[in-house]
Amino acid sequence: MAKKKTQVSKEQALEYYRQMLLIRRFEERAGQLYGMGLIAGFCHLYIGQEAVVVGIQSVLSDKDSVITAYRDHGHMLACGMDPNGVMAELTGREGGLSKGKGGSMHMFSREKNFYGGHGIVGAQIPLGTGLALAHQYNKDGGLCVAYMGDGASNQGQVYEAYNMASLWKLPVIYVIENNQYGMGTSTKRSSTGKNYYSRGQGWDIPGEKAEGMDLTVIREAAQRAVDHVRSGKGPYILEFDTYRYRGHSMSDPGNYRSKEEVEGVKVNRDPIDCFKAHILKDYNVTEDELKLLDKEIKAIVLDSVEFSKTSPEPDPSELYTDILVESN
Amino acid sequence: MIQTESNDMAQQKEIVTLTVREALRDAMAEEMRADKTVFLMGEEVAEYNGAYKVSQGMLDEFGSKRVIDTPITEHGFAGVGVGAAFGGLKPIVEFMTFNFSMQAIDQIVNSAAKTLYMSGGQMGCPIVFRGPNGAASRVGAQHSQCFASWYAHIPGLKVISPYTAGDAKALLKAAIRDPNPVVFLENELLYGVEFDDVSTDPEHVLPIGKAKIARAGSDVTITAFSAMVGKALEAANKLAEEGIDAEVIDLLTIRPLDTETIIQSVMKTNRIVSVEESWPFAGIGSEIAAAVSEEAFDYLDAPVTRVAGEDVPMPYAANLEKLALPQVEDIIAAVKDVCYKG
Repeated sequence: MAKKKTQVSKEQALEYYRQMLLIRRFEERAGQLYGMGLIAGFCHLYIGQEAVVVGIQSVLSDKDSVITAYRDHGHMLACGMDPNGVMAELTGREGGLSKGKGGSMHMFSREKNFYGGHGIVGAQIPLGTGLALAHQYNKDGGLCVAYMGDGASNQGQVYEAYNMASLWKLPVIYVIENNQYGMGTSTKRSSTGKNYYSRGQGWDIPGEKAEGMDLTVIREAAQRAVDHVRSGKGPYILEFDTYRYRGHSMSDPGNYRSKEEVEGVKVNRDPIDCFKAHILKDYNVTEDELKLLDKEIKAIVLDSVEFSKTSPEPDPSELYTDILVESN
Repeated sequence: MIQTESNDMAQQKEIVTLTVREALRDAMAEEMRADKTVFLMGEEVAEYNGAYKVSQGMLDEFGSKRVIDTPITEHGFAGVGVGAAFGGLKPIVEFMTFNFSMQAIDQIVNSAAKTLYMSGGQMGCPIVFRGPNGAASRVGAQHSQCFASWYAHIPGLKVISPYTAGDAKALLKAAIRDPNPVVFLENELLYGVEFDDVSTDPEHVLPIGKAKIARAGSDVTITAFSAMVGKALEAANKLAEEGIDAEVIDLLTIRPLDTETIIQSVMKTNRIVSVEESWPFAGIGSEIAAAVSEEAFDYLDAPVTRVAGEDVPMPYAANLEKLALPQVEDIIAAVKDVCYKG
């Protein structure tokens, strides 16, 4: 049997595990800092959904661009952005990726082709479609991955974007992270039809739905999407069944779902536990190797916490900078 | 054809007479020749040659990759334009009229205007949103609204609204070259009007943020922008016959507003009348009144006075529409009031 594109070496498998664990540990600490009053405002944690972004990013190339909404810390870490910069942005410090002026929902990196971090539900989808237009216009071979949740999937501008992306055969992958709840409203109460991926049919956009807690499955689906888009056939929609363990944001106690439901996912479908079992079994990874990784990640996250506490608040003069680009 | 009083025209290579429509087209075409990342998108801009024929001939010259017909989907294509600008292109997004930009205002305000700040200076958005703004003729309430005040409210946006063809060309070119999001407000009724002030020099641009003295005078300052500059000049000419020498300032840029030119003028004339087509409440005239009160209060010999559209949705009936919009007579009456010559 021919080797699948998505088959990976032990080193790669460990790297994916490392990335997922980094996101989880980072988010757990962010939650703690929020509780301590060091992070304020809106803070949407990605815990439970780690496999989606790590799986997708693993099949992209350096020239591809990424955009998402406000549950974005995991995407930034998966894009290789500095954990110190992300955490210090959460605490509103000078060393934050947006110099403390963006916050949890607004971080960007031109270097890593990460275009935010957007707080208006669904707005990132036309923006990502525009990034895809730029890839096509510049003939740079890149594509854009535009992430959204099940909640954003009911916004009208998503379908306006689908129409143009299909009409112009733009290189864009729309990734729907269906975590079952748009804030406190379950998909059953917000949406007609069983699926979101199939909503591209009216615009001739192919799509598929896959388990969003299994990194291997996600990688295979993502590779199909990338192959489709890179061949010039236009957009592709991926929907992943996933789950967020925490509330919508830090102020959400999550009374709209039962403890049993949440525990059931944690015990049976946790993306990190599932992948761990897989690499222990299939890659001869040892518990010692994983312990070493745990230690390494703990150090990175603790560093970011320390940095986010010690980095100074922005200088008051920063209030008036970056409003307009000064013309030459 | 409207003759203009221009200060620096003698220095320019060649000045021709063109309609505003032609001048805007030339501005876009020249910038697209000079910079391959500039492109035009909007409803009917390509095969139809523009709903108001502003993009006449551009599809033929630049092809469908750079002159892009969009579906009727303002919210979506404004967002696509902003995303393309994030991606390094310089889109010109045409709204068939600015009334429809309300569908897209979230992308203009939340995505285009704020992202530079929210990214700590990383993510500029070099984009121009342009199209006809304000009242046309007999098109009713939903198609007759001035958005100058709306967009001028937003830090992170520049807002331009010229009157003459020459200024329209030079400022649209400046807007396209500007690394920031620019809202460029045109006027449908001016599209077909010829002006004798259009430079053919592709390098001629005007600075954004600088008003011009359209008519020098000593007795009273009148500020206006877009089509209202024409009304203000007409009023000034009639006032001159009655011995009142009015100075007319064409604001050209609404944000950043050139308050210095306004203040300098008021320090000379000691009186000011602001003219604008849009509603008075929280309008451009309100901002000018505040600026003059703050910076030239001691120079005023009369209250700052506003001439604005009536505070009502635009009616359809011809007589009511005329009543709703500022007329030359309204400007004359306001000027006489501040000169105590009523």
